[in-house]
Amino acid sequence: MKGQASYLEPGEGRGGFWAGWMLSTDHKRIGVMYLAALLSFFSAGVVLGLLIRLNLIDPGLVMGPQRYNEVFTTHGIIMIFLFIIPGVPVAFGNFFLPLMLGANDVAFPRINRLSWWVYLAGATMIAAALFINGHPPDTGWTFYAPYSIRTHTNVTLAVMGVFVLGFSSILTGLNFITTVHTMRAPGMTWFRLPLFVWTLYATAWVQLLATPVLAITLVFIALGRVFGVGFFDPSRGGDPIIYEHLFWTYSHPAVYIMILPAMGIISEVVPVFARKAIFGYKAVAYSAIAIAGVGYLVWGHHMFTSGMSGKARIIFSLITFLVAVPSGIKVFNWVATLYRGSIRMDAPLYFAASFIFLFSLGGLTGLIQSALAPNLNLHGTYWIVGHFHYVMFGGAGSALFTGLHYWFPKMFGKMYSQRRAKIGCLIFFIGFNLLYFPMFILGLNGMPRRYFDYPRRYFTGHLISTMGSWVLAAGLIVIFSNLIKALISGEPAPANPWGGRTLEWQTSSPPPHENFEIPPFLEETGEGKSGFRAGEAG
Amino acid sequence: MMLPVWLSKTAWPSNTADSVQSAFLIVTAVCCVLLLGVTATMIAFLIKYNSRRNPVPGPDRENLSLEIVWTVVPVAIVLGMFYVGWVNFDYIRDAPADTMNISVLGRQWQWSFTYANGRQSGKLRVPLGKPVKLEMTSADVIHSFYIPAFKVKEDVVPGMKTHLWFIADRPGAYDIFCTEYCGLGHSRMRAKLIVMPVAEFNGWYRQKAEPPPNRGLALLQAKGCLGCHNVTSQVKVGPGFKGIYGSRVTVLVKGREQVMTVDEAYLKFMITNPDVWVVKGFPPIMPKIPLTEEETGEIIQYIKTLK
Repeated sequence: MKGQASYLEPGEGRGGFWAGWMLSTDHKRIGVMYLAALLSFFSAGVVLGLLIRLNLIDPGLVMGPQRYNEVFTTHGIIMIFLFIIPGVPVAFGNFFLPLMLGANDVAFPRINRLSWWVYLAGATMIAAALFINGHPPDTGWTFYAPYSIRTHTNVTLAVMGVFVLGFSSILTGLNFITTVHTMRAPGMTWFRLPLFVWTLYATAWVQLLATPVLAITLVFIALGRVFGVGFFDPSRGGDPIIYEHLFWTYSHPAVYIMILPAMGIISEVVPVFARKAIFGYKAVAYSAIAIAGVGYLVWGHHMFTSGMSGKARIIFSLITFLVAVPSGIKVFNWVATLYRGSIRMDAPLYFAASFIFLFSLGGLTGLIQSALAPNLNLHGTYWIVGHFHYVMFGGAGSALFTGLHYWFPKMFGKMYSQRRAKIGCLIFFIGFNLLYFPMFILGLNGMPRRYFDYPRRYFTGHLISTMGSWVLAAGLIVIFSNLIKALISGEPAPANPWGGRTLEWQTSSPPPHENFEIPPFLEETGEGKSGFRAGEAG
Repeated sequence: MMLPVWLSKTAWPSNTADSVQSAFLIVTAVCCVLLLGVTATMIAFLIKYNSRRNPVPGPDRENLSLEIVWTVVPVAIVLGMFYVGWVNFDYIRDAPADTMNISVLGRQWQWSFTYANGRQSGKLRVPLGKPVKLEMTSADVIHSFYIPAFKVKEDVVPGMKTHLWFIADRPGAYDIFCTEYCGLGHSRMRAKLIVMPVAEFNGWYRQKAEPPPNRGLALLQAKGCLGCHNVTSQVKVGPGFKGIYGSRVTVLVKGREQVMTVDEAYLKFMITNPDVWVVKGFPPIMPKIPLTEEETGEIIQYIKTLK
């Protein structure tokens, strides 16, 4: 395999540096560009989050109420729409889906490049909404009507940016579904697909089917603002509750767009480092599909106190509890995979173990707030803020870090310092819990979310949380400086540093442009186990 | 149906807090057991089956019955939690027939309360031990009415009536918060709930509302202006009114700064066209308030007296 140039090196007829990357249809280059963009937006979102926390220990310290509202809105829009929703699928999905299937690219490489450009266009529109004349949006990332129709800030441009991003998401979903159906290596039956591929597949269907609902809803907001169409404004005969329904019809499934591929990464990492096949492969695969399916039917739990009828609340609560079961099954199966393993505590497993704890805590607090009576107290408070940061940042975010440390040697052909990665992970974990756990106590005691200022009795909780944000930031600095250092001067990575059994480890690190020198195939054994034996090339 | 209450009833200031809290404690206890179980097992496995202690992994085995157990048992557990949340919920949501009804109006960024006899108040006063039902709506955007001590909330939606009910069990003053983001003054959209002994409440309720010292002031209050403006010189969201008449202010007219004197014509223009000129240093967020010519005049006359 030494003979072929890696995808990172400029190839013949691929133009200079910019054209070679921006015009490339190589799924690996596109994945790396997405990753760079995601991490840039993530850094911007973290800085805004730190400013929010800083302001909360002394409201007015760094900004006044209007600026504060704009900053928490921008933090949400960047983190949700530019980082965590595209997140794992566009970066690791793009890079590893074809490799794991034994294919040389996705089904529609040029559509893939188009998705990347559309993503950039949407991101540019959102960035423009922040900086051009007037103020950045101040509606919260949820754009609730009628406030979003009345405010004088740049809401129209921001929602149109999110609308454009939606097309990127839809095209990626379409591409991945087709790829999984048509590009599998000989011998790779559905039940020999790596679990990460299963979750990407389930996610792709959600992207394809749910995103158009968000798109049309946001167009209605823009029409309301520009042409005065009153879909959601009661003073013009509209209904603001309809907006909430339409918004959450997408945005709840979007939670699964964020978390399913994250679960897929954990399902890859745990067996590799335990030296075991995943326990209950089929159950883990089916639970991904179950979560994607049932996840469409639970959006109403975001609206328990919206004035919805009691019956609707009861039904949404029941289904919400049921959708928790497949997530629970996955957690049990990950833990069971460790049983009688021969566990190597390498850096990716540190992040995966941290994911399992943070995600479980986030998921279980989700159960508490799904119970109708407790919800009456917890809804709209810091409890919710704590819960979704545990699930999204502790869950989806940690899984992205897990994937980054697991696949970094493959993507860039370099090894990072394991010791520093583990130290970074521990600092991050401690900071994370200091930052977000006090929010549960604050919320339980009635501290509402999105408050610029608050009664004195909530001060201690806010102070601990803000100090936690500094610890967390220190952890992130350790983690990312380690990776950047490795990128510049890391040791060359072997083709398969962890002993992974999926196909991406069968090619060199970093892989050549065409992925595999000889197209791989799978032996005819081991159906129903993720730890299938990949056929040796040749 | 109420769950067995193993916490003293008087520990909570209202019937709703009592039932919300008992459901919360049961569900939370189960979740804590699950979290501790999963975490402890994971850590034990990570230590016990470390490659140094266990250099050769065990065989890969499937265990269907185990998987069935940990599918069926969690289903039973979550259905139990759902039930615990639900029984209490019906009791908390469905008000009995004999409630005392109070209308609640939310607007950016102020609550106002109107009683059956027409009495209005900026504080929610209720009698101890009597069922009270709040019938709520909003004049502008979505708000949410939350009494943290009573552990209940409900959104307050324009064009729609929503409700809450409770029996207050302990006299005192409690916070009321807005918990649905509603713009600049969201975190200041707070009020007080005052729980009074019945006799004291009846005295207050029967007493005629203090005649408004001034009709202009009454209008400022009723139309929600005081959500953003003070009658002192202190800045709230917009400028304070005291001493404003006759002063000189810098106004942005189509992005250009212009210095103006605050006189009757200026005040009238600013009240009737709040989105055209904006005083420098303030956000352009004042809504158009429906006022008659005569009402606008009363307000201007009142502002003139604030020296």
